[in-house]
Amino acid sequence: MKRLISVLLENEPGSLSRVVGLFSQRGYNIDSLSVAPTEDKTLSRLTLTTVGDDHKIEQITKQLNKLIDVVKVIDLSEGAHIERELMLLKVKAGGAARAEIKRCVDIFRGQIVDVGPTVYVVQIMGESAKLDAFIEALGDAVILEVVRTGVCGLMRGEKSLKI
Amino acid sequence: MELLSGGDILIRALSDAKVKHLWGYPGGAALHIYDAIFRQDNLSHILMRHEQAAVHAADAYSRATGEVGAALVTSGPGATNAITGIATAYMDSIPLVVISAQVPQEKIGEDAFQEIDMIGISRPTVKHSYMVKRPEDIAETIAKAFYIASTGRPGPVVVDIPKDVTDPNNKVAYKYPEKVKLRSYQPTTRGHSGQIKRAVNLLMSAKRPVIYSGGGVVLGNASEQLRALARRLNYPVTNTLMGLGAFPGTDRQFVGMLGMHGTFEANTAMHHADVILAVGARFDDRVTNATDRFCPSAKIIHIDIDPSSIAKTVRADIPIVGPCDVVLSDMLDQIQQGDLQTDESAIGEWWQQIDEWRARHGIYTASRYEPSTGDNIKPQDVIKTLHKVTKGEAYVSSDVGQHQMFAAQYYLFDKPRQWLNSGGLGTMGFGLPAAMGAQMAHPDATVVCVTGEGSIQMCIQELAACTQHQLPVKIIILNNQALGMVKQWQDMQYGSRYSHVLYEDSLPDFVKLAEAYGHVGMKVTRYDELESRMEECFAMKDRVVIMDISVDHHEHVYPMHVAPGSMRDMWLSKTERT
Repeated sequence: MKRLISVLLENEPGSLSRVVGLFSQRGYNIDSLSVAPTEDKTLSRLTLTTVGDDHKIEQITKQLNKLIDVVKVIDLSEGAHIERELMLLKVKAGGAARAEIKRCVDIFRGQIVDVGPTVYVVQIMGESAKLDAFIEALGDAVILEVVRTGVCGLMRGEKSLKI
Repeated sequence: MELLSGGDILIRALSDAKVKHLWGYPGGAALHIYDAIFRQDNLSHILMRHEQAAVHAADAYSRATGEVGAALVTSGPGATNAITGIATAYMDSIPLVVISAQVPQEKIGEDAFQEIDMIGISRPTVKHSYMVKRPEDIAETIAKAFYIASTGRPGPVVVDIPKDVTDPNNKVAYKYPEKVKLRSYQPTTRGHSGQIKRAVNLLMSAKRPVIYSGGGVVLGNASEQLRALARRLNYPVTNTLMGLGAFPGTDRQFVGMLGMHGTFEANTAMHHADVILAVGARFDDRVTNATDRFCPSAKIIHIDIDPSSIAKTVRADIPIVGPCDVVLSDMLDQIQQGDLQTDESAIGEWWQQIDEWRARHGIYTASRYEPSTGDNIKPQDVIKTLHKVTKGEAYVSSDVGQHQMFAAQYYLFDKPRQWLNSGGLGTMGFGLPAAMGAQMAHPDATVVCVTGEGSIQMCIQELAACTQHQLPVKIIILNNQALGMVKQWQDMQYGSRYSHVLYEDSLPDFVKLAEAYGHVGMKVTRYDELESRMEECFAMKDRVVIMDISVDHHEHVYPMHVAPGSMRDMWLSKTERT
């Protein structure tokens, strides 16, 4: 089962490598990872997606908590939450495909953020499944490049991951 | 305020962290630090012959005292040599601070001479690590390192210090912090009272209980509380390899070590238990055998300071996160205050059953091997004789292999911190430097390294450091002329095809070797001489003595778990199975 784990981390040199190292060292997978400093520059917020049963996820959260640089850990998938991922996609957009791609972008509420004579750069935001669906929907269009930020997420409601 | 260089600050901070002995080896990037050591006399530096041994000695100093061990190595190869030592300490949760020198910051990343990314290479083997970038940060970093190493589940902390940070020409103010606080690290100090209550209720209702106690009881100084609780309950106690001594080996309630080479009675009692109180133990694969067949009817109470140790390999019915000493004494308090009673008749029957197992296949009450005769000395008898000659009071270190298991089985440790071995990582070469660490901590005590002719050669260079620092350890080599434990597995699983476990007459003459280092060497080949020669060995209080004892080549360690299987599935001898 896919899980979304959110980590509040000391923004120290090497702290990210401790998290990533933990996953490879203990044989856990990271499917996606996003990390950046928070409004408090001494802290980073890291979100990762992984796959595992309850036992494995329990171990992952415990092992993460054990890292000295980790301030707090939460498994977002345990409760109501919002998750978002951003994708930039460079796609061949010439001839008949050009209009079709534009329609597709509109349906997915994406934006064309760069336009060239034969290419579009498309920006799509949403849950990972939506991003996957967009790629699917492009059908025969020639995709030149795809870059995704990895998932980030927050709990719904008043609960928050803070010190 | 006094101005000091980074090198002086480091040494001052180590003294303020109560370090008395620093085990190490100098080198280019560490020169400023070594100069600072030369100009002070608050702490003593012990020059070893290899960085691995320096870390092992610091580690064993900690195991034998409970204090934090400290080691100092140079950059590059000094740092990489230290890794085995650090990993050994990590696997056994030993509090240790290892200072590694680093090339100057301006050179980092340029593949400079003796440069290695120590923070990176040590990362999976440390509890935490720091690189210090300014002399102003040294004192605080050292204080944090000692705090992290020694609290919660203990472990090694690496502090990597680039050479420019210890520059004698750059002087800054020195202040050692009185208190350390980390917002991201707050170890648990008490167990959950509701969980403790549930645990006590389950414990009192048990009909076939076993107390399974591990290294955490030794490290957490909870031996006294464990003894008090066990005596109050009159329940059988088994210790893991790392927990030996936490409960007295000679006590009637002690059923021996459990696990792969545990006693028949300990493993069988675990299998049939209805309640297991696991304390400071981590259900390691060398204990449990196949986890899906582990103790099928047991409800498990698991006390550990580290939440990630709980339910990692075996599910716990009542998990309690907290320090062993505090949780055990809370449990005992509840039992005393409520005047709670155990099910005495069921416990009586349980003891009858255990005593019957003991009499049938116990390693102390029944014999698991043919006795020694003439020139055929059994390794087990060497350990029994060692126990007798040292009155069971020695600090015993070991290396890894058959000799380690024989020592664990037959030297009945009555006190915690008496038994020093690399249980988690299983590091050959640990024994001799570990004995040195213990001897430094307890100069007047008898310290023995029980080793094999294979293991001893992995850190044998430290015989020189023993001379230099007057560490009169005794080295007992169970010499079976083979890498015995590997050979045992080759006997049992590979049709006795002895792939690379024999030395083809290349073994050194250990007597001459001892003498070459200025020590005493003894060779023993006859059983009837064993005890008298050993008496002679231990009478030489101020000398290092190597006793090279020829033991039976064919001996295996039994019992041994049949894998995969349950706790009670064991080989009891070469031909006998449960």
